[in-house]
Amino acid sequence: MSIARFWRETPRRYNLGGCRCPTCQTVYFPPRSVCPVCVNHRRSIGRMEPFQLSGEGEVVTFTLVHEAAEGFEMQVPYVMAIVRAKEGPQLTAAVVDIDPADVKIGLKVRATFRKLREEGRAGVIHYGYKFAPMDATHHPPDRPAGGTRLPATTATTTTVGSEARA
Amino acid sequence: MRDVAILGVGQTRFGELWDRSFREIGIEAGLQALVDAKLSSQDLGALYLGNMASGSLIDQEHIAPMILDYAGLAGHHLGGIRIEGGGASGALALHEGWLAVASGAHDFVVVGGAEKLTDVPDAEANRVVTGTADHEWEGVFGATLPALWAMVARRHMHDYGTTREQLAQVAVNAHENGSRNPNAHYRNKISLEAVLGASPVAEPLGMLDCAPFSDGAAALVLGPLERARKFTDTPIRLAASQVACDTMALHHRRDLTTLDSTVVAAKRAFDQARRTPADVRVAEIHDGYTISALVALEDLGFVDKGAAGPAFVSGAFGPGGKVTVNTSGGLKSQGRPFGAVGVAQVVEIVRQLRGEAGDRQVAGASLGLAHDVGGTGATSVVHLMERVN
Repeated sequence: MSIARFWRETPRRYNLGGCRCPTCQTVYFPPRSVCPVCVNHRRSIGRMEPFQLSGEGEVVTFTLVHEAAEGFEMQVPYVMAIVRAKEGPQLTAAVVDIDPADVKIGLKVRATFRKLREEGRAGVIHYGYKFAPMDATHHPPDRPAGGTRLPATTATTTTVGSEARA
Repeated sequence: MRDVAILGVGQTRFGELWDRSFREIGIEAGLQALVDAKLSSQDLGALYLGNMASGSLIDQEHIAPMILDYAGLAGHHLGGIRIEGGGASGALALHEGWLAVASGAHDFVVVGGAEKLTDVPDAEANRVVTGTADHEWEGVFGATLPALWAMVARRHMHDYGTTREQLAQVAVNAHENGSRNPNAHYRNKISLEAVLGASPVAEPLGMLDCAPFSDGAAALVLGPLERARKFTDTPIRLAASQVACDTMALHHRRDLTTLDSTVVAAKRAFDQARRTPADVRVAEIHDGYTISALVALEDLGFVDKGAAGPAFVSGAFGPGGKVTVNTSGGLKSQGRPFGAVGVAQVVEIVRQLRGEAGDRQVAGASLGLAHDVGGTGATSVVHLMERVN
């Protein structure tokens, strides 16, 4: 994936920046330019408002992946889940900092900023959201409750050399 | 719109066809269909070719004129159009061919589907097929196509009590059927224990819950029904052709265990044909993963939502059941050359309706259904075919 192609989505992938329809108040992630819910949805064009997700949500379904996606080979087995954000939208992400056997439908989770994958030895490293359990009892002792919080400001794509853990 | 008939069918063997090129298999299927239809290539109006990813898989775009050229038809200068909709590409090509003949734009067309997946390593094929889901918001985060379907399975088990054994039975039946299909990629029978004990891909799905990557091609010749008797004694009427789409990402669906695209395409198709699911005797349904088949049986209207697992195990969809499903072996056993699947499904239904399915024959089949899915259900296509007496 080209640098620009990943970089242009960093406000969403780093900070969970979504949007909200001013008419029906439905929240979307990632942002959309048209509200799919409103009956007169063309009126929403150009009027969708930026909306920041809190990063809190719960697991609605999950899988333990053994045959990795490209760039995720070093992470197998890893948990992928569909998470329903507190504000409504659902998204797909990895669940980390938990024994895979403890992941359940209904698990409360919070977004955490992590390394996703790297494109080979000299390529770009992709960062973005994963989710960690909100309940501190799920945490290995060396990791903070709720994992690393998402950065407060929009970051740019970081290239090789970063220490972020996957 | 006028009635459209399927006049000829053709299909290559499915599998790891290392000694055969994309163009060879595409031409073999197309010429078989023309010979079967007893149609002169002079009469053809166009080729509609379903293909998912030739550019990524064999570095070749612009494949419709290539197939026409090597089929000896370049000098006829007929139109060749490639159609893409992920795993539903072949069924979409049939939809376009149906529109062309039904509208009167063309009298006779060839509909083809072809894919060559084994010229690249499995990991590369896995990357390409995962691109039929939402790359930016699923793939980038580590989801694969089987991982997404595994999440459908997990939720289906949670909501309806579907069991791991019920899922596995889908694969056992597929191989039982495929063992009688000389074109099938895998003709070996497998046991329930083998499916349950296979190495995990994305839990709860294991290797034998997932259809293989295959090479293969299939083709159909379509023409107006009123002229069909000139070409064949057993014209098969294309009674309905319907396409429906839904959100690109699984996580945006109204319900994670329902493919609304399939529900809508099926409803439109039964309305178009003025028939109901109870009229269907044979069906080729999308079983890219064992869970895909169970969800499809529910969404097509053959069984209530959530009830497919127990119904399947009871034999409702096997030989002698109310609908016999995937007599070809389905994607799981016959094989999964993505862009060819939707066309091959219809080839099998036509053989069943003509009474030419050999020891796979379902007695008295007069109405058949084919159901093809792209990605995790962003596209579904449903076709109904019936024997004309």
